[in-house]
Amino acid sequence: MIGSPTQVIPIFEGPQCAPDATFCWDWFTANWGTLLGPSLVQHIYITLIAVVIGLVISLGAALVAFSRGWFASGFLGFATFLYTIPSLAFFLMFVPITGLSLTTIEIGLTSYTLLLLFRNTLTGLRTVPRSAVEAAEGMGLTPNQILFRIRLPLALPSIMAGIRISVVTVISLATVAASVAPLGLGKPIFDAIHTLFSTELISAGVLTILVALAADVVVVFLQRLVTPWTRTARRTS
Amino acid sequence: MTAYFAFFGDNSALLAELTLGHVLLSVAALLIAIVLAIPLGAWIGHLHRFSFLVVNVGNVLRSLPTLAIIAIGIALYGFGDINITVALVILAFPLVLTNTFTAVESVDPGTVEAARGMGMTGWQILTRVELPSSIPLIMSGIRTSWVYVVATAYLATFAGRQGTLGDIISNIEGYDLAGVLAAATISIVLAFLGDALLGLAERALTPTGLRLAQRVRTTGPIAEPAPAPAPAQA
Repeated sequence: MIGSPTQVIPIFEGPQCAPDATFCWDWFTANWGTLLGPSLVQHIYITLIAVVIGLVISLGAALVAFSRGWFASGFLGFATFLYTIPSLAFFLMFVPITGLSLTTIEIGLTSYTLLLLFRNTLTGLRTVPRSAVEAAEGMGLTPNQILFRIRLPLALPSIMAGIRISVVTVISLATVAASVAPLGLGKPIFDAIHTLFSTELISAGVLTILVALAADVVVVFLQRLVTPWTRTARRTS
Repeated sequence: MTAYFAFFGDNSALLAELTLGHVLLSVAALLIAIVLAIPLGAWIGHLHRFSFLVVNVGNVLRSLPTLAIIAIGIALYGFGDINITVALVILAFPLVLTNTFTAVESVDPGTVEAARGMGMTGWQILTRVELPSSIPLIMSGIRTSWVYVVATAYLATFAGRQGTLGDIISNIEGYDLAGVLAAATISIVLAFLGDALLGLAERALTPTGLRLAQRVRTTGPIAEPAPAPAPAQA
């Protein structure tokens, strides 16, 4: 496997570990500070970078696409195509250009966010209630002002829904990326797949799941924070 | 580039075999997910209860990273068919479940009332009214799930299951980038091809009345933008 460590030496510092134990808590605590904790932090920032860059690109593309139908269908087709590429092949494709690096991983991960973020942003911009747009026109706002001051804020629930899906998607795909550049929680997962050390398999696997679940909760919280009106509306209706 | 095209010719037998294995594994996983998700989603949607449960179970399952499930699976139940199948079913299940549930639950209450007024039983309402009206949304969930599953099935190789395109995709030392890209290309084609075939199935299954109603809605004089093709996974 490209980029994975040539020799994998799990750290067996937990003295009380039976060799055939399914899960050894001592190993987990002994390796938390040196291996698991840092991998977890790495995993989070790998995800953040990809989603933030993906969001910037998608917002820009959606704003352009809003008034240009040809660009909307073109970009959507392109993003759909990117989305169907098996992730490992995508990461490997950029290795000759950007090497076994974080950049290679981020190119792949960012590409996978585009479909979800672009589609949701565009749908959000397009489905703003007619009454809101008409009220803005009545107040004399220009089309550009309507786009940025009315449509974009009202598209937030849809955009946040897109962010939610792309965050969990990127967390999942980032584990696979570790087979190309050993970063994040995918590194201990791949190490353990080779050594068949079940404590490490379970620790890294469960931590990745916890990161995904926690991220999901955080995004839902942010969603409520930035779109308080959706809850009020639901309560009154 | 030449190496890429040559790979298809030089390894056609291997590619054909692995493609078949890839398709069979993906279809099996998708079928299991459908068999589990549609009855459950339809029943809960029909009851108009426990919606909170379905939405949350769907969200939690959707968050589970596939490779993490494979890793934990290796530790708990080992390598092989079961491992990769469980991982792929978990990938496909939530989308089919939430789409089926949403579709059945949001069938026009007036239509359901009319059916009840005609003396239909709950089972008849579900199978003759609610499910047929739900086909477009259910099928869109299945189509998206297919794309997920077929693009992810190559992870089989890490779950110790040989005989998918993953054998090539994960072995760049043996097949070079040309081979990896060739196998990836086939996987992409499978994703689009399956999506198109399921699209045809969707058209065939959608009741004529519903199809006509959709046509009127999309081409009618009121040029309101089509109501959000509800970000299927949202």
